[in-house]
Amino acid sequence: MKKTIADKIFDKHLRDEPFPGAYVLDLDVVMCHEITTPTAILDLVERGKDRVFDKTKIKAVIDHVTPSKDSKTAAQAKVLRDWARRNDIKDFFDVGRNGVCHAIFPEKGFIRPGYTVIMGDSHTCTHGAFGAFSAGVGTTDLEVGILKGVCAFRKPATIKININGKLQKGVYAKDLILHIISVLTVNGATDHVVEFHGEQVSGMSMESRMTLSNMAVEMGATTGICMPDEVTLDFLWKFVKEDYSNDKDAALADFKSWHSDPDAEYARIVEIDASSLTPVATVGYKPDQVKTMEELSGTPVDQVYLGSCTNGRLEDLAIAASILEGKTIADSIRLIISPATPEIYSKALDAGYIKIFMDAGACLTNPTCGACLGMSNGVLDAGEVCASTTNRNFNGRMGKGGMVHLMSPASAAATAINGKITDPREFL
Amino acid sequence: MKKFEGKVLFLDRSDINTDEIIPAKYLTEIEKSALGPHLLEDLKLESFDPNSDVLKQSSVVVTRGNFGCGSSREHAPWAFAECGFYTIIAFGFARIFRQNMFNGGLLAIELPEEDIEEIFNKYASSTDVTVSVDIDSSTLTVTSSEQTSSFDFSISGFDKALIEAGGWLEFADKQYD
Repeated sequence: MKKTIADKIFDKHLRDEPFPGAYVLDLDVVMCHEITTPTAILDLVERGKDRVFDKTKIKAVIDHVTPSKDSKTAAQAKVLRDWARRNDIKDFFDVGRNGVCHAIFPEKGFIRPGYTVIMGDSHTCTHGAFGAFSAGVGTTDLEVGILKGVCAFRKPATIKININGKLQKGVYAKDLILHIISVLTVNGATDHVVEFHGEQVSGMSMESRMTLSNMAVEMGATTGICMPDEVTLDFLWKFVKEDYSNDKDAALADFKSWHSDPDAEYARIVEIDASSLTPVATVGYKPDQVKTMEELSGTPVDQVYLGSCTNGRLEDLAIAASILEGKTIADSIRLIISPATPEIYSKALDAGYIKIFMDAGACLTNPTCGACLGMSNGVLDAGEVCASTTNRNFNGRMGKGGMVHLMSPASAAATAINGKITDPREFL
Repeated sequence: MKKFEGKVLFLDRSDINTDEIIPAKYLTEIEKSALGPHLLEDLKLESFDPNSDVLKQSSVVVTRGNFGCGSSREHAPWAFAECGFYTIIAFGFARIFRQNMFNGGLLAIELPEEDIEEIFNKYASSTDVTVSVDIDSSTLTVTSSEQTSSFDFSISGFDKALIEAGGWLEFADKQYD
């Protein structure tokens, strides 16, 4: 007893403790994309160690710049593609079947409660939404993960965030997490795990939980965990039912066995009142600098971006479509929408969202991370302002000299219609 | 083992993120050597010039809190190493950045905030400041033509072993099947 979910996952996966406080964990999933993996692959080749610890536990996708935009990105994609073929990695997603890593991997059912997951991408914390210990790492950690199936961590203390009350109409998971980051600050959870608790979280879809967990790293957290429950099981059921011989109660009991114990010890407990929140957006260059949409109302915007591992899922597109239906965006605005995976894109087509977006004047792009980090498909020029559903407003993030205001899909859609920052409740 | 000493580059700001250290547009480079010329190109810091001689001549960074936050890109410590920076001293690091430093055999030293404050107050206006680090005794010495100060720091056994091994790949390769 007295264990957090992270403690339980560490206990189950501990391979070695080479020094006090250094925990080398066995990995359940090692995820790879074409930006941070090729250097690891080339190094392994150079060392004569071009192999993988377990081809079924490695998942790979081309997502940051796709389809390739120039010779350099084509070369990166090719290194990843050739390596996946050489090592017989079946779960490799190439152009046409590829999507944003933190959207497509959960969609494929690769993440389970209690898993250890790493990727050379800071937003790997997204998968904590499934009750996994899922952490972003650098290329060397990734390389060792690929080769040995292990990764070393300091044992993180946990911060418990109790989210009390229910969000009001027009206020979403994105507003909630931006508010939480503003309370904890950009390094308030460094070297910690955060757990999201409360009736608001229990009532959330997996998509909203992924939005919450996704931005845990923006307060420095190693990962952001939601307790696995009925909602988690419903999402994963088609992938896990054989593992549990079709017994949903057994599966649920197993999922819940990962929950932090009621008497678990926390470094800090933070109380958040969800019911008092209004829609918010970031200002400046740090994600903890947050103001209400009301305060920012009227700020001119050049581009609106809807997509990314934070907010490019079907639920996000549905909210935006409900606001944009029958409307056109302001003449001055470029609205770029990137559904995060082909499946999301396809479902949005079936639901009529894509038609609504196109009629409104939006540019639809294939699933990609591109614009979020200023690599492709929507880079800003100096002095331009973007209202964006992504996760970072760093200086130059979406293009040198550009300004990014992070906000929810509803806020982004309302802003696109008016051509300036607009509280979405005006349209609901 | 690398040398953890040299002239100091002061970066007087907290929350310097890895996008500022090496912008994402250079992540399409597979060769680490291509990163060096773009180190700190987008750093938002008054009077900082990424092309200055100070940056070219220095090999130790002294900065403030939450250094290396944001993207996990190991290109950030690689870019520092390509420019000869093997030591970064701050009162706090983002987890992934700090791990990336040790994983590459580089040194990330965390000092208490008051020690960093003292170094900035006493030394940041001088142009001839150097730092030398003794890992075995866990002490670092800051020196200018006018004065010298020493500070103790703590480094875990694991981090020390990574430095000695030359990085995590070298350590793990010997240790694990």
